[in-house]
Amino acid sequence: MSVTWLLAWRNLWRHSRRTWLTVGAMVFCNILLVFLISLQLGSYQMMIDGTLSAFTGHIQIQQKDYLDEQRMRQSVPAVIELAAQARATLGVNTVAARGEAFALASSEQRSAGILLTGVQPGYEPGVSTFPGMVRQGRYLQDPDAREIVVGSVLARNLKVGLGDELTFLGSGRDGSFAAAVAVVVGIVDSGIDDLDRSVAQVPLRWFQEVFAMGDHGHSVVIRLPNLEQVPAAVGGLQSVLPAAGELAVLDWDALQPGLRQAITSDMASAWFTYAVLILLVAFSVLNTQLMSVLERTREFGVMLALGMSPARLARLVAMETALMSVLGLVLGVLLGAVLTGYLSFAGFTYPGMDEMAAKFNMPARMYPQISLLSLLWGPATVFLGALLAAVYPALRLFRLQPVAAMRAV
Amino acid sequence: MRDSLAVVATLAWRNLWRNHRRTVVMLLAIAVGVWAMIFMSALMRGMTDAMVRNGLHTLPGEVQVHHVDYRRDPSVVNSMQPPSGSLLRALQAPPVIAWAGRVRVPAVLASERGNRGVTLLGIDPVAEAQLDSLPQTMVQGRFLQSADDRGVVIGASLASRLETRLGKRVVIMSQDPDNNVVDRGARIVGIYRARLAGTEDRFVYAGRAVIQDMLNMDEQLSEVAITADDYRNVDAWYPAIAAAADAGLEVLPWTELDIFLGTMLGVQDGFALIFMVVVFLALSFGLVNTLVMAVFERVREIGLMQALGMRPALIVLQILLESLYLLCLGLLLGNLLALLTIRPLESGIDISSVAQGMEMMGMGTTLYPVLALQDMGMSTAVVVVLGLLASLGPAWRAARLDPVAALNKT
Repeated sequence: MSVTWLLAWRNLWRHSRRTWLTVGAMVFCNILLVFLISLQLGSYQMMIDGTLSAFTGHIQIQQKDYLDEQRMRQSVPAVIELAAQARATLGVNTVAARGEAFALASSEQRSAGILLTGVQPGYEPGVSTFPGMVRQGRYLQDPDAREIVVGSVLARNLKVGLGDELTFLGSGRDGSFAAAVAVVVGIVDSGIDDLDRSVAQVPLRWFQEVFAMGDHGHSVVIRLPNLEQVPAAVGGLQSVLPAAGELAVLDWDALQPGLRQAITSDMASAWFTYAVLILLVAFSVLNTQLMSVLERTREFGVMLALGMSPARLARLVAMETALMSVLGLVLGVLLGAVLTGYLSFAGFTYPGMDEMAAKFNMPARMYPQISLLSLLWGPATVFLGALLAAVYPALRLFRLQPVAAMRAV
Repeated sequence: MRDSLAVVATLAWRNLWRNHRRTVVMLLAIAVGVWAMIFMSALMRGMTDAMVRNGLHTLPGEVQVHHVDYRRDPSVVNSMQPPSGSLLRALQAPPVIAWAGRVRVPAVLASERGNRGVTLLGIDPVAEAQLDSLPQTMVQGRFLQSADDRGVVIGASLASRLETRLGKRVVIMSQDPDNNVVDRGARIVGIYRARLAGTEDRFVYAGRAVIQDMLNMDEQLSEVAITADDYRNVDAWYPAIAAAADAGLEVLPWTELDIFLGTMLGVQDGFALIFMVVVFLALSFGLVNTLVMAVFERVREIGLMQALGMRPALIVLQILLESLYLLCLGLLLGNLLALLTIRPLESGIDISSVAQGMEMMGMGTTLYPVLALQDMGMSTAVVVVLGLLASLGPAWRAARLDPVAALNKT
């Protein structure tokens, strides 16, 4: 260790209380940043997974205007074959075809307008979490059966149970009158009222027959093992589309534009918090280093008189700051990792969390996601902020006149 | 005693400016901290206010009366008689400003080209106008004129999805209390635009008497919405209405009708406080540091004062006053800064780039920060109380100095 480093280190401990307070500010800020950033990244992952896994999937193939207008005749021809091609192209099994139609559903006692979804019973469990949430009865099995699975709230409102019949009235793809009867074979209970109010699924082939769809459907839904594979898959799927240009491959961002924006707006308010914290720590460092420079005016005067260059003195102050910041960085990252690590294992919750979580189909406990990025990003910025804060005190050294400085009180 | 207090106050003030650089840096830090506290709270308050207001708009009336089973099963079967007797008297007395009875049932709306599940609202436009629950913007045609109006008013988004337009006929289908499917043709007399596209898709307005007739429900209603124009204090007045209602009716404030909205208010206040405390903690290190240094520099001076007979209590007071001056100046600056930055923004911040994300949370495309006295008061309280607490340490140490040792310190 060179003499200057040794000098810097010793200077730090001339006022150990002051140094610890400044380091304390950094450690506090670093722990907070590690925790908040881990929490943020963890909750975004949960928001995306929660929203997409329920129903939407990562990618859908639809008629190009269906997303905006949702008209019955904006359909995908030969949808079952298209789903099979997509399965083969991507090499994953989690691809399913769907059709959708609005209908008036009537039980013996009640009627309600519902969105009926035709699904492939064999493939739907791969793309959506609903089939796994059947609490009574069973999920659909036979692709041609006149069966329906409904959400628990819808079942309650329609006053139907397992084995009861539901009648549908609606219009087919060609505008013709569509009517049919299906038997309730399963009731889905996700615990989230909005979802349980909207689920009504029937086998796709029967759906096509009732609504005069021919071999058409409305979407091919694709779920991938993780988000990173989405862009490549979107590119790969272009090759299976028919040449007419009527169909479009939509990724989750296009399907649920709200999701990314909710994340963006949340990030904006988070960055504001981080910036304020880092700024406050920088002020703290500025104050400390300014004091430590001012109180050593005489000492620095002597050193200048002995022939040390102002640049070397400035370097000394920078080194002191760096040493202090490294201390804050190491302690902050260590303690932050311990705290966040514990919480990522144990999870935690806060009042109001339940209601927030329900909006995004998330579990009601938060688990921060610890990673190299979340561990180091915040503390590294604090480190840089602290070094920047020392610039002003260090620059003051260049204005010192040895004789005047030695006489300063 | 009076004199010594005055002297201590002057001493503290002068001491503060002995090292003006340090004081200015600390002052800036406090001001930035306070500004951040207030600015963040104003943004959050603006967000929750918008969420709650939009929410209340689709759920008009801070208090609603329903048949006991209606909320679990919003069907025409669970209707209620129009208010009469003690309930009617309660509705006509202050603080209630306005109330309206409406029919609200699920229905299917069919055009020539498609059909959709909607929520059918059979309303009396005159009564609803006072509740401020009607769509604000009519893009085409007119709104309903009376409870006997035979037309329907639908949202712009719904009109596009159904490929229909002003003047076209649509068919409304629903069920009557005996579960017969009933339907009725109606002409679209108006198209409205709402802040949220989801609202446009969902609500279809029709004359109340016409709908009651179609659904064979006589004079019955699905719900009565009541407003006193003060949604934050609804708990103070709704119990009186609940007491006046017959058995078999359920009277609930909006905080329970929409639990998400209800909790949001509490969560927002909680978050604002946590944010303030966290910012203050980051600030407190600097504050304590400054005071520790101030005491350290003045050890001999304090020793002299003690030797001359100044009581330790006065020394503590002197340091605390010094800290209080610093905090108050910082607060003043910070509040001023907040005022200056928030006022110009109160006309609205355009957040349409993230509009759909905000819509998931029930917000519109413009964020209106709300500068509330309450937030300024809360941040002041946090800073002064915690600030003085943090200053107790250095002040206490100063008062405990041994005069002789202190005087001899070099």
